[in-house]
Amino acid sequence: MHSYHTLVVLVENKPGVLARVAGLFARRGFNIHSLAVAPTEDERISRITIVADTESAPVEQIVKQLDKLINVVRIDELAPRDSVEQELLMASVQASVGERSKVLELCQIFSAKVLDTGTQEMMVRLAGSPAKLDDFEQLLRPLGISAIQRTGRVALPRLDHGSSGASLRSVS
Amino acid sequence: MGINGGQALIRALEREGVEVLFGLPGGAILPVYDPLIDSPIRHVLVRHEQGAGHMAEGFAHATGRVGVAMVTSGPAATNIVTPLCDAYMDSVPMVCITGQVPSTAIGTDAFQECDTVGITRSVTKHNELVTRAEDIPMAIRQAFYIATTGRPGPVLVDIPKDIVDPANPRSAMDWYWPTDAEVEASLPGYKPSTQGDPVRIREAAELINRSVKPVIYAGGGILKARAAEALRALAELCDLPVVTTLMARGAFPDDHPLCLGMPGMHGNYTAITAMQEADLLIALGSRFDDRVTGRLDGFAPSAKIIHVDIDPAELGKVRRPDVAIVGDCRSVIEDLLSALQALGGSAAQPDRSAWKQQLSGWREKFPLTYENLEAGEGHVKPQFVLERLRSLTPSDTIVASGVGQHQMWTSQYWKFNHPYTWVNSGGLGTMGFSIPAAIGAKVGRPDRMVWAIDGDGCFQMTAQELVTASAERIPIKVAILNNAYLGMVRQWQEMFYDERYSEVYLSPDLPDYVKWAEAMGCAAMRVESTDEVDAAIEKANGINDRPVVIEFRTDAREKVFPMVPAGKGNSEVMVDPSQQAELARIRALGL
Ligand SMILES: Cc1ncc(C[n+]2csc(CCOP(=O)(O)OP(=O)(O)O)c2C)c(N)n1
Ligand SMILES: [Mg+2]
Repeated sequence: MHSYHTLVVLVENKPGVLARVAGLFARRGFNIHSLAVAPTEDERISRITIVADTESAPVEQIVKQLDKLINVVRIDELAPRDSVEQELLMASVQASVGERSKVLELCQIFSAKVLDTGTQEMMVRLAGSPAKLDDFEQLLRPLGISAIQRTGRVALPRLDHGSSGASLRSVS
Repeated sequence: MGINGGQALIRALEREGVEVLFGLPGGAILPVYDPLIDSPIRHVLVRHEQGAGHMAEGFAHATGRVGVAMVTSGPAATNIVTPLCDAYMDSVPMVCITGQVPSTAIGTDAFQECDTVGITRSVTKHNELVTRAEDIPMAIRQAFYIATTGRPGPVLVDIPKDIVDPANPRSAMDWYWPTDAEVEASLPGYKPSTQGDPVRIREAAELINRSVKPVIYAGGGILKARAAEALRALAELCDLPVVTTLMARGAFPDDHPLCLGMPGMHGNYTAITAMQEADLLIALGSRFDDRVTGRLDGFAPSAKIIHVDIDPAELGKVRRPDVAIVGDCRSVIEDLLSALQALGGSAAQPDRSAWKQQLSGWREKFPLTYENLEAGEGHVKPQFVLERLRSLTPSDTIVASGVGQHQMWTSQYWKFNHPYTWVNSGGLGTMGFSIPAAIGAKVGRPDRMVWAIDGDGCFQMTAQELVTASAERIPIKVAILNNAYLGMVRQWQEMFYDERYSEVYLSPDLPDYVKWAEAMGCAAMRVESTDEVDAAIEKANGINDRPVVIEFRTDAREKVFPMVPAGKGNSEVMVDPSQQAELARIRALGL
């Protein structure tokens, strides 16, 4: 993936707010790479984690336009090096009785989990950095993936290690 | 106190100080029209919902107050999408109330159901579907608050029928009126900032004091912020020349010695060239619109930029500013004035006599011009009509225009000496804007003379609102500049498509505009030669019991100059044919 930024957008938990955010991206020609929505500790607020393609538009313009939405309460911008990003992958992989060990081996290397085992297939899960998921997916592919789902990333700011400054830039 | 949602809606509008609604009823909004009978709010019954929207805009442009439109669901809501978009593009404070099918029917493709909130999301500053009667007062308060604060804009409130219908138990509620604090608390994500950063303001003042070729680039934000006086004080303190964009005509008086007039695609040579040659552009409430900048990579190549806007997203959207100031134009200009004064005021300004000389040289060589005709020599020149209209009407006359050549000529030839006298569709360029907008302006300012300058094409899009004007006794005056063409499109086809005219001819006499106007209850006249112009205008000025329409048969070959062709840089501006030789000479000399 080329240049991107992760935006953590806190919005009012109201009907239609996701449509406003998605509609804004569509209308202004900004591209979304991935998007995850979830409630927060505060039931009035939801968190939308957007990985925005910053080649389609400067991140500053994306943030400023988002901030104009009345229901957007706060935006934090995470540059890739300043954040810890995680994603979840689930896949069903061809694995007849004799071939299960190949899947199991990969699961062991990646610390993935087997969720379900059928007569011809196994279902596996891996949580981790998007790059790690890419690798895992790559190696599963030759075995024959019959279904795959990735959630899109979520992110939090990297913690203070006592060396560099603040990792999170609050932009609104 | 027990009340129903419909009563609450009307009461909330009254509390917001609404004196007039522009609208048209229908099934879903019916229950709101009933309590309206008992309200002091005036209702202007339009003939098409687009008219209601543009009337609300015209009202807002002329008064600075929120214009309010109320229509029913489905087709009525879709009919008002154009004015919403128009108001959004031009930052016009407007509240639109739409009826909606009952809550229980939403999503079922019920009769006259449409997803109004979905359809209007991208053309409103905000919109909301209200789901409970008790939420109506807060929704209305929020709508007015959002429409008028920060960067103004249209807000739509969609009201399902069941919560306003007294026959439905869901409409029962207790009246309450939220406080300002409650309204603000209910909008945790909305915090418009009005005060400029003093550090940036000081930097701006220092840039001004160093600039030898400054230009103030005043936009519509000046008018929205009621900052015309502050702008004048700034220009006069530092002796700064001012251009006023299409949206800012009137924000600085055209007869002021520092006024350079309108820049942009059809701006005058001096305003365009001054911006091109400037070493500093002080952009106040303007947004570097493509119609102003021309081809961006050639725009004002050596200018530093001070950009003041209430909308942070405008700063750096098009051209990266050297000093960016988020804030309300009036408050920022006032602070800038103090900062400049602290730095020595007018005495601290550098010698700009060379710049002044350059400007007056351009003004002398390249004034707006056209070739007039003698009486009886053919069709009237549109520019002449505008000059005569300007001379024969009071200085504070409000003028609304449609979109096309006639709009550009009005902006060029009308001399604007008062703010809030120019009502036009700048950002969206909506044909048909002028008649309903003029009606809205006249309702807001009944003390003023209001002229609509319309094209024959535009007139045919919204003329039916003259029925509204007649019925409601709103005596606007309309000048149709009838060139029998979609003139602006014809001009492009003539100049850029080898005179291959495709679907631009309309006919001078189909329809018969005089008969049509009379049928709509207006007084009507036709002017076919130059020597009839004054008498007709004077006669129209004297008619105040009904609207009046003058059809001027104008010269179809006339083109709007100057012109920066689309896609070209401002340095390639084309002037009137009579000035082209001189311009070529100057360009050859590299001046
Ligand atoms: C609703 C709408 N449709 C089309 C256009 C494109 N357009 C811009 S100017 C123009 C011609 C307007 O004709 P008229 O009202 O006669 O004005 P003129 O240019 O002749 O003065 C057209 C078709 C527009 N601006 N708005
Ligand atoms: Mg025409």
